Amino acid sequence: MVNYIWAGMAIIGIIYAMFNGTMDKVSEALFESANEAVTLSIGLISVLVFWLGLMRVAEKAGILSVLTRICKPFVTKLFPEIPKDHPAMGYILSNFTANIFGLGNAATPMGIKAMEEMKKISGSDKASRSMITFLVINTSSLTLIPTTVIAIRMQYDSVAPTEIVATTIMATVVTSIAAITVDRLFYLRRVRKNKK
Amino acid sequence: MSMLTTISTWIIPCMILLVLVIATLKKLPTYEIFVEGGKEGVKMAFSLLPFLLGMIVSIAILRSSGAMEAFISFISPVLTKLGVPSEIVPLAAIRPISGTAALGMTTELIKTYGPDSFIGRLASTMQGSTDTTLYIITVYFGAVGIRRMGDALKVGLIADFIGIIASIVIVTIVFAS
Repeated sequence: MVNYIWAGMAIIGIIYAMFNGTMDKVSEALFESANEAVTLSIGLISVLVFWLGLMRVAEKAGILSVLTRICKPFVTKLFPEIPKDHPAMGYILSNFTANIFGLGNAATPMGIKAMEEMKKISGSDKASRSMITFLVINTSSLTLIPTTVIAIRMQYDSVAPTEIVATTIMATVVTSIAAITVDRLFYLRRVRKNKK
Repeated sequence: MSMLTTISTWIIPCMILLVLVIATLKKLPTYEIFVEGGKEGVKMAFSLLPFLLGMIVSIAILRSSGAMEAFISFISPVLTKLGVPSEIVPLAAIRPISGTAALGMTTELIKTYGPDSFIGRLASTMQGSTDTTLYIITVYFGAVGIRRMGDALKVGLIADFIGIIASIVIVTIVFAS
């Protein structure tokens, strides 16, 4: 599916540019965006190195497993495929915690580690049930304090820059519940299909 | 607000402090473990590069050609019928695809309509309450080599759509008076 989306976006864009007379903009954007992507990836190095290093220390010090033990009852329900004391649980929880506090930069490396551990469990290149659940919870965003948005609102002289925190939290909760529900429905549909 | 900023500036240093104190008390070789874990980060960033670059370039082609605008004006009537205010439609359409583009649009909307207008509040709420689905899928699945992604994208996009509707309903109710 990702192949069709990826190629599709480029194909549609180029063909559209042919008739729209925007080919010059396309070829300009082509290299500009490639540059941008490299800058982004290089910029990621600092964050990845720092957090993965620190997380390794936290893991060796037994902090991850303490965290896992505390939140176990809730998270095991979400991820029934993952054995209770598996390291994947620790990474999933650290990812959620980082997201909740709006530390997107810290959340990504932990999320990738969580994915790696889940791949060890499934041992295939197909997305497993827990991977999809994990991903969907991440895309629904868990952020409680939207710092970037508050900063923008301050910049444009809002009377109450933080007044959207409550609505954001409500919307986030609704979206996350919706995401988990939709994920479950799709899972049940897959199970039914496999039985037939 | 000052308490919120204090919390967000204190939380990372305090986390680092906690981890290092516990590890030191347990007599672990902290620096060596840190370096060993950090090495993985370098590898990870490089293996992510082609995934990100491919996706970003493809989105850039679609945007710069004007096809994305055309697509947005094409689906606008449908979304407007569903109760999405027309000013917010481009943001709703782009939010799952490109994080930077969405942030740019949110800024633009706040600038044009004012942060304390209905549109400004709605844009703020929408920006904060969902994440860039396509980016997350690219990074997480790309980094560990998942090729068949199952229902992930479908479920993610459906959740995004519910999130947009939820934002509109909540902002309308909360700021009604």
